[in-house]
Amino acid sequence: MATAAVDPAARQAALFEFLARIGDNALILGHRVSEWCGHAPALEEDIALANTALDLIGQTQLWLGLAGEVEDKGRSADDLAYLRDGYEFRNILLVERPNGDFGKTLMRQFLFDAWHYLLLKALKGSSDRRIADIAEKAFKEVSYHLDRSRDLVIRLGDGTAESHSRMQASLDELWAFTGEMFMSDALDAELAEAGIIPAPQSLKPGWDEIVAEALTEGTLKKPADGYMHRGGRRGVHTEHLGFILAEMQFLQRAYPGATW
Amino acid sequence: MYAQMVKTDAARVKSLDEMEPQERTFQERVDQGQKIEPKEWMPEGYRKTLIRQISQHAHSEIVGQLPEGNWITRAPTLERKAILLAKVQDEAGHGLYLYCAAETLGVSRDEMYEQLHSGKAKYSSIFNYPTLTWADIGAIGWLVDGAAIMNQVPLQRCSYGPYARAMVRICKEESFHQRQGYDILMKMVKGTPAQKAMVQDALNRWWWPSLMMFGPSDDASVHSAQSMAWKIKQNSNDELRQKFVDQTVPQAEYLGLTVPDPDLKWNEEKGGYDFGEPDWEEFFNVIAGNGPCNAERLDARRKAWDDGAWFRDGLTAHAEKAAGRRAAAKIAAE
Ligand SMILES: [Fe+2]
Ligand SMILES: [Fe+2]
Ligand SMILES: [Fe+2]
Repeated sequence: MATAAVDPAARQAALFEFLARIGDNALILGHRVSEWCGHAPALEEDIALANTALDLIGQTQLWLGLAGEVEDKGRSADDLAYLRDGYEFRNILLVERPNGDFGKTLMRQFLFDAWHYLLLKALKGSSDRRIADIAEKAFKEVSYHLDRSRDLVIRLGDGTAESHSRMQASLDELWAFTGEMFMSDALDAELAEAGIIPAPQSLKPGWDEIVAEALTEGTLKKPADGYMHRGGRRGVHTEHLGFILAEMQFLQRAYPGATW
Repeated sequence: MYAQMVKTDAARVKSLDEMEPQERTFQERVDQGQKIEPKEWMPEGYRKTLIRQISQHAHSEIVGQLPEGNWITRAPTLERKAILLAKVQDEAGHGLYLYCAAETLGVSRDEMYEQLHSGKAKYSSIFNYPTLTWADIGAIGWLVDGAAIMNQVPLQRCSYGPYARAMVRICKEESFHQRQGYDILMKMVKGTPAQKAMVQDALNRWWWPSLMMFGPSDDASVHSAQSMAWKIKQNSNDELRQKFVDQTVPQAEYLGLTVPDPDLKWNEEKGGYDFGEPDWEEFFNVIAGNGPCNAERLDARRKAWDDGAWFRDGLTAHAEKAAGRRAAAKIAAE
């Protein structure tokens, strides 16, 4: 395509927006997962969840760090995480869903991991070297997250009647929050055309396949595609996000300018 | 420490001459500093004492996730959050090694959980205190992990092989925990007056409970004498407490903090600090279940276990189904 008319300021804004989206997903999901710390149903799960949260927080540092760099207004990853309000957050609604029981936490993780995995895989080939480098590192971690969450969804789906019905109920509830992963706006289209990111809808067939395979193996029924919730990617969130931020940002807000 | 006041079932420590040949051989090997391994003969009292001590230690690591986990979602920076997550993950890992070490003595992890949840088994008194500010996270790393190290370094030489080896792995990580705790406080005392006040407040609350971690004086305790004869324990509680105070007071001074003990004074003659007596009535109350957080801690652990039953049952059921399917496929193939 013709690349002549790229406005550098617009490109910078689009890039910042994309980095906030991917960074905020990692941050908010990392926060949710870390809420389990010490409360998981088995010691091995406590360890695994802490590990997942740790990976996600590490990825947040990289993505939001790069976002601050791209923005070039002197904001650090911490400034972005701790000093923005809800309407400035760009995570999808799925990751701010409350943990619920352990099954819902795992189902949310699986639906997200399957997409995150494909997204990072594509981003490894980004025309922006900085993005490709972060994706390279994060992809290894997320491949492992996906292996784990997929395996547990299958085993619990095809476990007892109770574990099956809990997993099915979680799937049914969360399904309406999966559509947002594949929605596209002008910004996505612009960055996709420049080869910086994959077009969101291009990830859908791969995701469908991973999800369908796991659900079949776990004897779970894929819900019908009905209305899909949206809004997070443009800063319109559910009421849950405000409480996440009130908790997460408490010290930075209560002691402005202090260093920790 | 993480294991406080462990009973041994001994009325008094036997001499070598009073022992049957098998026990005498065992004791001589311990005296020579040899390691005892799971399959070898050991006195029943030794086995039981180890189970009590190791499981109490494991429970402490697990319950210890809770006071620190309380601040993960409120950690002030992404880096602090990551470090704290890694630390709490380590503690869960320590619990895992220790449960495995205890299992070599013929007790299952489920049985040990059952003892914790029923209140029969104890965990360290320290984890029944609340974490009220971010400075408490620093204070726990500095003081609680610091006290744990004091106790666990000699345990690396414990006579029971699996426990000693678990301690080697654990000690490596504990020193990182202590450093990160001190680093949190270091940063805060160099910060605003409010931050510094928060640190002093944390020290005021954590100092005495940290000294209590070593347990009351056990110089006259037959259990301690027996544990020492078996080389499960190497130092008296008072010895370790003295070492801890001597190491920690200069660190408090370096932070510009006041240790909340009016009797604290350097004693040139003994080359260590004189210090006041912890409030043992408070200690016994906490042990008896009356500490500020006993009920919450135990409830949290019970809830995690009970709410997770369907999860564990689901995995077991799946494993059985999968094994059944593999067996059926094998028969069909033959
Ligand atoms: Fe530990
Ligand atoms: Fe420990
Ligand atoms: Fe520790």
